[in-house]
This record gives sequence, structure tokens and C-alpha cells, in this order.
Amino acid sequence: MTEAIARPRKLPPAPLEYLRRWPIRLSVGAVLVFLYAPLITLMIFSFNDSKANVVWRGFTLKYYIKALHNDSLIQAFSNSMVIAFFSTVLSLILGAMAAIVLWRFRFPGKTVFDGALAIPIVVPEICMGVGMLVFFAKVLPWPQEMPWPLNLGNIIIAHVSFSFPFVAVVVRARLASFNREMEEAAKDLGASEFRALMDVVIPHIQPSLIAGALLAFTLSLDDFVITFFTAGPDTITFPVKVYSMVRFSVTPEVNAASTILIVVTVLLTFLALKFQGSQALTAGHGADDK
Amino acid sequence: MEQSWRQAKSIFMTLISAPLFWLVAFFIIPMGIVWLYSFGENSGLIDIAFTGTWSNYAHAFDPLYLGIFAKSIGVAVVTTFFCLVLGFPVAMAITFAPDKAKSWLLLLIMLPFWTNLLVRTYALIAVLRTNGYVNMTYQFLWERTSGLMTLLGMQPLGDFHPAILLYNNFAVVFGLVFVNLPFMVLPLYSTLDRMDRSLLEASLDLGAGHIRTVWNVMVPLAGPGIVSGILITFIPSLGAYLTPDLLGGPDSQMIANVIESQFKRANNWPFGAALSFILVYMTFIGVALQGVIESRNKRRQA
Repeated sequence: MTEAIARPRKLPPAPLEYLRRWPIRLSVGAVLVFLYAPLITLMIFSFNDSKANVVWRGFTLKYYIKALHNDSLIQAFSNSMVIAFFSTVLSLILGAMAAIVLWRFRFPGKTVFDGALAIPIVVPEICMGVGMLVFFAKVLPWPQEMPWPLNLGNIIIAHVSFSFPFVAVVVRARLASFNREMEEAAKDLGASEFRALMDVVIPHIQPSLIAGALLAFTLSLDDFVITFFTAGPDTITFPVKVYSMVRFSVTPEVNAASTILIVVTVLLTFLALKFQGSQALTAGHGADDK
Repeated sequence: MEQSWRQAKSIFMTLISAPLFWLVAFFIIPMGIVWLYSFGENSGLIDIAFTGTWSNYAHAFDPLYLGIFAKSIGVAVVTTFFCLVLGFPVAMAITFAPDKAKSWLLLLIMLPFWTNLLVRTYALIAVLRTNGYVNMTYQFLWERTSGLMTLLGMQPLGDFHPAILLYNNFAVVFGLVFVNLPFMVLPLYSTLDRMDRSLLEASLDLGAGHIRTVWNVMVPLAGPGIVSGILITFIPSLGAYLTPDLLGGPDSQMIANVIESQFKRANNWPFGAALSFILVYMTFIGVALQGVIESRNKRRQA
């Protein structure tokens, strides 16, 4: 209160201070409500003590306990985690290699390789899903009786195929700021090509490797369409499980499971932010990356 | 300077081998097979013979499928339009916000994008369904108004009918805008952020109002960002599978749903392959168009 009295009247907004003008404020507010209201209600109602899940009947954790005791849900969740883990490791290696090659070398067919690498990013998911379905049905039938987690191999392969180009984009953006002379200095001082790469280039791109890994992890955890087409009838991932649950009805148990996933994602996002600043946020989707 | 690959052959070969192998074996070959299938015919129960026929593509031009294509394009256009109209002011706000607010706003816009698509779609179902939160609020307001009117001696409003918000085309567009809005905001923001602000100030100083400045100066300058924003929302909306499947009604089928049913139920893989490659061609046309517009813009600036 005292502050308001002490200060002179607020200055009118400067010409370009659009955030202080009401039409812009209103639209930003409306968009944020639009984006968040559904997610926040979903999270709140996961604690609701009512089966119908519409009217608030008091706080409870019983749907979390129920979700944690739902074996097929747990199975689906651990499948998703294992797939995301292996897919992230492979995507990171392949993506970083592709990025370094494209940044470092001139070679015949470079434009073609560069363009081909962008196709998995732009092509609609359904087309890629169909490709994977056909590939694993006709060319490389994946034996389903293999021990866990080997039976997830086909899904992991599919996930790597759409994740590693994203990693390559993120790593390449970071490489653009690398001073090539540093690597040359290392070589002049007697380091081998390989040594210079490992000791000079890799440390420089480390933040982008972490951001790329987090991106690959989320992409894999998030994917429904491609998994749905790749997976055999017996392998279920978390999104596929939620899909089949949602088809039946809206239950507080799904709310609870979704809330857990949202919290995991938010934590991962903040980690990505910590490592690469706001650049990590827009990974693969901002024009900044060019 | 980039190095020629000949100068360090072994390291070049090591580095390129794995990504190239993966891309070819697990992306190009699968897509290539689908492409070949699109010129094939079913022979027997599970075999597909490559016959070089165009009949699958001709089949896609049946009025039934043309209608579905038209509908998908329509839905994608409406979605992109709403994303642009809602996203532009947000991108403006982020661009001209003070640094600290800027990163928070970006985070707020991008956070939903990082959240699982299925979870977001599910959240919309819970909000929009007949006894969902929107209709609960609506009913509450309806009954209170009705009660108030009785109290004032007027005719009550009559029975409450919930609004049908789910399992129709409205829900599909709503869901697609909900999912794709962050994609639109980012490219808009990144072009607006690089714009020369003195041009806006000049326009304002010379007496143009804010609306005119935005419309005549800011929008044309943001052209490339608008184009890539449109592309980045249009392509995923056109090929959307999950949203029409979960939020749409029986008449909201889009191309992706038809493709899915050809592969998983109707077992007509060649036709499904042709449909998905039509989608791929449309994507390529879109990307090529963007490239043309971008290079034309660059030439004009140079």
C-alpha cells in the first residue's frame, strides 16, 4: 500500500511496451487459460474422492495408490521408460555424429544427406508409423517371445529413427558457435584428429548433448502414433495404455497416472532449461536453430 | 572453414557410417517399401505384388476419399488460422516484454508442448464431455439464473440441455489448436525478435495508430515467420491421427484415420500406402513453397 502512495502515478506504457497494453494482456491471458486450464483441472481432480470425477468430494490419494497397484499400468510405464532410455542413448550418439559430420566436412552428397536427415522431422507421424508397420511386418519381423527388454527392440529402433535428427539439429546449433581455430590449435599442438574431437569439440557441445538427450527422452516418452503402428499386440507403452483406458472412460486413475507423467515432464523441462537456457525450450522448432 | 572429407578419411567414415546406415536402413528403406506398395496390388491374403499400377492413386480420387481430403485440409486450415490469430499477439507480447518476463512467457507457452500429447487430449475430453467441467459450470449458471428468474416472478428457463462439445468437428479443431498453438508462437517470436524496432517507432511517430502499425509494418516484416509458423502447424494438423480419433465423431474422420483403417482393419495396404504418400507429397510441396517464399524474401532484402 505505502509503496503505491509513495510512487507517482504509473507512467503510461512506452510505445512498444505491448505487454502493458490491455488488448495484448487480455489475449495472452486467454491463451494461457486455454493452454493450462484443462491440464490443471486434470491434475486437481486426480486428488478428488469421487468416482464420477466431476464434483469435488474431498482430497484423497487413493487413485494414486490404485494406479501404482495396477500391474499393467506399471508394466506399460516401465516399458516406456526402458524404451526412452535406450532410444535416448542411441539417438544421442547418432545425432551427435551426424551433426559433427555436417559441420566439419565437405563431401559429395552433403545436401542430400542434410535434406534426408530433415525428412523424419517434417513428415507426418502417421506416414512414418505406416513405414515402420510395413518394415517390421515384412522385412524384419521382430520375435515377440524374446526376453524383456529385448522384445521392445522394434519400438526402440522406430523411436531412434525419429529422435536422432532432432538431436542433430540441437547439436548443430551449438556447433555453429564453436571456434574452429581451437580444434586446429589442438592439432598443431600434436593432438590426433580423434583426440582433438574428444577433448576440444565434445566438451564445447556438452550442454547441447544434455539438451538433446532430454529432447530425445521426451519425444520417445510422448510418442503414441508411431509406437501404436510399430508395436505388436502384446507390447504396451504408457501412451498406448492410456489410449486404451481413455477409450473406455474417464477415470480418476488415468488422471493420477497422467499427473505423474506431467510432473516428470515438467521436471525434465526445467533440467533442460538449466543446461541450455531458453534455447533448449525451442529445440528443433524455432527458427533460431538455423 | 569446412574440411574436405579426403583430408581425414578415416574419421569422416567413422562419423558418417552410423547415422547414414541408420537413416537408410530404418527410415529410407521402410518409406521406400511403402512407396513401392503404393504402386502394388493385393495378391492373396498377405502378399502384395508390385505391378506398377496407378489404380491406388486413382482410388484416392473417389468422391468419398476426395471428401475426406477436403475435410482434412479444411480442418487444418481452420486450425492454422486460429493458431495464427491467437498466437500472433502472444508472440508480440513475448517479443516486447522485459527480459525476465520474456523467458517466463516462453516457458509458459512451451511447457504444454513438452507434455504428453495423449495426456493433453485426455485432459480435453475431461473438460469437454457431456458431464465435463465446462458443462458442469454451464449447468450451475443455468440453474442459478433460472432460480433467480423464478424469484423475480418470471418464467424459469426450462430444462437444462448440456452443450455437445465433444465427438464432433468443433472438438477436433479445438483439440488441434490446443496442441499446435506453441508451434505457431515460436517461429513468430523468433522473427519478431529480430525485427528492426526503429521501423515500428518511425511508423508510430509519423502518426499511424497501433493497429495500423501492426498491420502495415509488423505483419509484412514478420512474413517469413508467419510462413514457417503456418507450415509448422498445418502439416501436423493435416496428418493428425489421435485428435480426430479421440475427440471427433463418426463424421470427423481425417486422412490419417483412413490410412490407419486401411492398414489395420481393411487390410488394403497398397491403398493405405498411396494415401500416406499423398500426405508425404503434400508435405514436400509445403516445404518447397516455404523455401521459394523464403528465398524470394531474401532476394528482396538483398
